[in-house]
Amino acid sequence: MASITPGYDVTLEDPHRNTGDDPTRRAPLVLGGQGFRDITDKAAAVALNWPALWWWAFFLPSVAFAGLFFSLIGYLFATGVGVWGNNQPAAWGFPIINFVFWVGIGHAGTLISAILFLFRQNWRTAINRFAEAMTIFAVVCAGIFPGIHVGRPWLAFWLFPYPNQMAMWPQFRSPLLWDVFAVSTYASVSLLFWYTGMVPDIATLRDRTKNRIAKVAYGIMSFGWTGSSRHWHRFEKAYLLLAALCTPLVLSVHSVVSFDFAVAQMPGWHTTFFPPYFVAGAIYGGFAMVLTLAVPCRHLLGFRDIITERHIENCCKVMLGTGMIVTYAYTAELFFAWYSGHHYERSIFLFRLGGPYWWGFWLLILLNCLIPQIMWIKKCRLNPWTIMIAAMAVNAGMWFERYVIVVTSLANDFVPSSWDQFNPTWVDLWMFAGSFGLFCTNFLLFLKFLPTVAIAEVKTVTPEAHGHGGHHDAATEGH
Amino acid sequence: MTTLAPTHPETTPHASDADAPSRPFAVLAEFDTVEGVLHATQAAYDAGYRKMDVHTPFPIHGIDDALGVKPTILPWIVLAMGLTGMALGLVMTSYTMGFVESPIPGVPTVLEPYPYLISGKPLWSLAAYIPVIFELTIMFSAYTAVFAMFFLNKLPMLYNPLFNSDLMKRATDDRFVLAIEAADRNFDEQSTAAFLKDKGALSTDLVSY
Repeated sequence: MASITPGYDVTLEDPHRNTGDDPTRRAPLVLGGQGFRDITDKAAAVALNWPALWWWAFFLPSVAFAGLFFSLIGYLFATGVGVWGNNQPAAWGFPIINFVFWVGIGHAGTLISAILFLFRQNWRTAINRFAEAMTIFAVVCAGIFPGIHVGRPWLAFWLFPYPNQMAMWPQFRSPLLWDVFAVSTYASVSLLFWYTGMVPDIATLRDRTKNRIAKVAYGIMSFGWTGSSRHWHRFEKAYLLLAALCTPLVLSVHSVVSFDFAVAQMPGWHTTFFPPYFVAGAIYGGFAMVLTLAVPCRHLLGFRDIITERHIENCCKVMLGTGMIVTYAYTAELFFAWYSGHHYERSIFLFRLGGPYWWGFWLLILLNCLIPQIMWIKKCRLNPWTIMIAAMAVNAGMWFERYVIVVTSLANDFVPSSWDQFNPTWVDLWMFAGSFGLFCTNFLLFLKFLPTVAIAEVKTVTPEAHGHGGHHDAATEGH
Repeated sequence: MTTLAPTHPETTPHASDADAPSRPFAVLAEFDTVEGVLHATQAAYDAGYRKMDVHTPFPIHGIDDALGVKPTILPWIVLAMGLTGMALGLVMTSYTMGFVESPIPGVPTVLEPYPYLISGKPLWSLAAYIPVIFELTIMFSAYTAVFAMFFLNKLPMLYNPLFNSDLMKRATDDRFVLAIEAADRNFDEQSTAAFLKDKGALSTDLVSY
């Protein structure tokens, strides 16, 4: 766990603000002068008490939407994929758009938990747990869509290589199969990463809860964690290794997703530029979702001194930065189309700008490139309402980006006789809405039952965790 | 038997067992600062104690040296399994797609390769196999990092006498608990506890099996 740099500046003028811009003063990450016990109390309170009214207010509609999602999946299975709007030529309608959308959101969680860990960005500790939870639940939603899109979902296990009576093996040259490996590795490794980090905090809940059932459940889930230093030693090593493994993994996942497009011959898809463009887009959309969840959570859960304004501001900056990369990518894509001199490539981009899907393209420019520019202004990065406006714009904008990429190229390929319009059906729309229900249900259950904040990690970024005085200098040699 | 600490040690089946009178397991001493526990641990190590451990709510720096913890072999296990995953991916993709007929005679039908002859592309096209090989490398390494770590830590542990002490309840909260095991050759119920008190322990506790 990242805790290498003591020396936080604790002489703030206002003990609840740490958004100063003076680079010579290291901003503290936990405010309000809290000790270890205060952090435990705050972080464990949500899991140990009966949920608040707002929780039910969000949870009940979420469950309703999740129910709708599964009902529609049942309807789909019973009827066939014809209930969706996707048909030739646009065979990848909403299911693939939603898949790319959800799997992209997951990337911010892994970026926070793995990449920022390797870069020793200690501010990640307050938000990594729930960003990772967001990753898991987003990937769950992402995994469902291609699974139900395969036509005969009861045979989806054919995607995996196993010796079978048909004596067939999957086509390992296909990007779609790469996706199976990338997404299944990503989902399971993210789950392990999330759970491993959570074990010590579940042990904290085990030792605090008064409820007998909760005590047994947390006891089983924490594996008998004692906080032993010998255990911590291996734990930290495993955590570091996982972070180092997740970093190339997360970059590979959206690269592989982009190969689904880039390896195909379709105009508007067939470019080597897609992997970095998609990865930046994924992190962009993911950070927007992190903010969408973090801003209300820090107010509703009372985490204002743990998830401080500085954390939120940092997320805003990352969002702005990746947003600029994405904006650059849109521009470069247009330039490449023109510069390639390729007839079909040029046509598809002109079609995106002014064809029947023009609203989608211009909406994404507005939502992804223009509105988030307000994040340049510090006041806007500190105001929850403007942050939510920008984050919501990006959430929607990133969905429209995938819509434009998927639909325009497929609907207008090389042969005009095969062109057709794509129109989603009511099932498409409600299924997409339903997937948000599933996501929110899972997330709210996580907020209620599991340690929302990485309790142990947050303690390591308090000044008390580093000790003062010089009597243990001999013991810290080599650090 | 669970990992949970019974609130009253005397009600545990072990304590009431006639032929197993409460055999001491360890002496626990609680500290409320990082410096305090580091100092005491170093002193205990210097006094010759070896079978001891410090239970803390978060990893503290310098404790490994104070306890004499040697670097874990975990990274090597992970490396080995990562290479295994890579080899498996390479063999799987190359074998199943790279041959028209199996080079191994008498292989069962279910294990026959399945060549895809598509637009004259070479059967063995390594570049196209790399994503799968890469993902398998990561998958094997990451699973190993987690499972080997828990295995080396002997977790999940179904019963741990340490939890018979109420001091452990705060070892996941705000206290730092130094535990010296009865199995240590220098251990003595009274003198070890006195030693820890002397080193600034807020309180000590003797836990039994």
